[in-house]
Amino acid sequence: MRAAAWAAVAAAALLAGCGGDGGGDSPRLVVSAAASLSDALGSCSRSFGGADVKLSFAGSDELAAQLRRGVKPDVYAAANTELPEELHREGLLGTPRGFATNELVLAVSEHSGVRSVDDLAKPGVRVAIGSSSVPVGSYTREVLGRLPRARTRAILGNVRSNEPDVKGVIGKLSQAAVDAGFVYRSDVTATGGRLRAIHLPRELRPMVVYAAGVVKGAGEGQAAGRYVRGLASGRCAAALRRAGFGPPPG
Amino acid sequence: MSARAWFPPLLASALALALVFLMLPVVAIFVDTSPARLIDSLGDEGSREALWLSLRTTAVALATIVVVGTPAAYLLATRSFRGRSLVVTLIELPLVLPPAVAGIALLAALGPKGILGGALEDAGIELVLQTAGVVVALTFVASPFYVRLAQAAFQAIDPTLLEASRTLGASEARTFVRIAIPAAMPGLTAGAALALGRALGEFGATLMFAGSFEGITQTVPLAIYARFGTDFDAALALSAVLVAVSAGILLSVKLVARSEVLPDARA
Repeated sequence: MRAAAWAAVAAAALLAGCGGDGGGDSPRLVVSAAASLSDALGSCSRSFGGADVKLSFAGSDELAAQLRRGVKPDVYAAANTELPEELHREGLLGTPRGFATNELVLAVSEHSGVRSVDDLAKPGVRVAIGSSSVPVGSYTREVLGRLPRARTRAILGNVRSNEPDVKGVIGKLSQAAVDAGFVYRSDVTATGGRLRAIHLPRELRPMVVYAAGVVKGAGEGQAAGRYVRGLASGRCAAALRRAGFGPPPG
Repeated sequence: MSARAWFPPLLASALALALVFLMLPVVAIFVDTSPARLIDSLGDEGSREALWLSLRTTAVALATIVVVGTPAAYLLATRSFRGRSLVVTLIELPLVLPPAVAGIALLAALGPKGILGGALEDAGIELVLQTAGVVVALTFVASPFYVRLAQAAFQAIDPTLLEASRTLGASEARTFVRIAIPAAMPGLTAGAALALGRALGEFGATLMFAGSFEGITQTVPLAIYARFGTDFDAALALSAVLVAVSAGILLSVKLVARSEVLPDARA
């Protein structure tokens, strides 16, 4: 009786052990990517050149912090060039490549009375932005910094939430918890018309470049290199264009 | 080794394993933080604000939970009625809801586009992205912990005790206040401590329903998350503060509960 029970336990443990890498021989590519990339990369990278791609999306700053604490994905793709450059200088990331551009826009819900950045300074307007550590938040502060000081202060006074990533801003907007928020054009595209994008005047627009690199010591270095190159030209590049991202700079 | 001799060591090693697994991360927080860093983080305006907000919102949430939850649990424990087990299950449901689901559910119910959103707006009540919204989120996720333990505590009271009180002419309300609550006090305190811990640590529902803004909705867990991306040491130090505060509250609740129980036990 008891022997049978132990055999059952052992068999279960064995099965559980095998279940972990049920994918067989195909290499597993772990990609840590900015939250704003989730829709585009989710559709194009289910399988990439025979590799089984696992995507992990969060604020670029949070993913960088994970890397610094020893988390080792194969690819890191951020919504700016600064974070990948920093990680490269720290010896954690191979040379980063710019692979796409995006545009910071003012997103509003269908019935919002907000028509321009100036409207954000009006009393009672509720605004959500990214926190200062996440790229979308620093781009937003860059825009606000180019406005007259009094207006910047008025707009920051209307900010109700500093969201940890851009999807948080979208969530607050689509639930009508706020009237307007700064997000990327591609995020508005992804809502399929539920939100409207107001383009910023050219002189306010920050340069939004996405860069990616192969993580040093990645288990799947070669596949990771192919994946990073494929972001600039290939199936994922096409998916990025469809999602509203621009081609890489230069 | 005799057939039975292996069992006690097995129990002991299971306990040792559980203890090491549960304590290691908590110990690591303090090992990785220097005491100076901890004090530094308390000097940080943002951290102090987050701590103060956490304590305030948790206190209001806990008071609400106890005031409404105690009589509700008493009713569930002492009366049988049709659909009682359904009601119990519904009240326990938030226990097993992931915090993110709780956040979405609160938005769907009380958000501007939620089913009660229009009514709240007409009444001039604004919850989303407000401190009041934090209290709602904490109350939602923490109350089942209290109600569950309070119900068990009331059920454990010897029914003849309540019966005697009523036979001696005490009203139902008087029996509840003077007999049932004191008798159930250890269980009520334990439930309150659990609810308090859950409320202090609440993260997902707060972020989704109330957002994150310093001094208004950014509680300590949200402040830790906000620091994680930029300043891991600051996040660690603030975590240590939260652990210390939670442990301190848990400990004092246990001490209070014991000092209240002991005289009764001797009587």
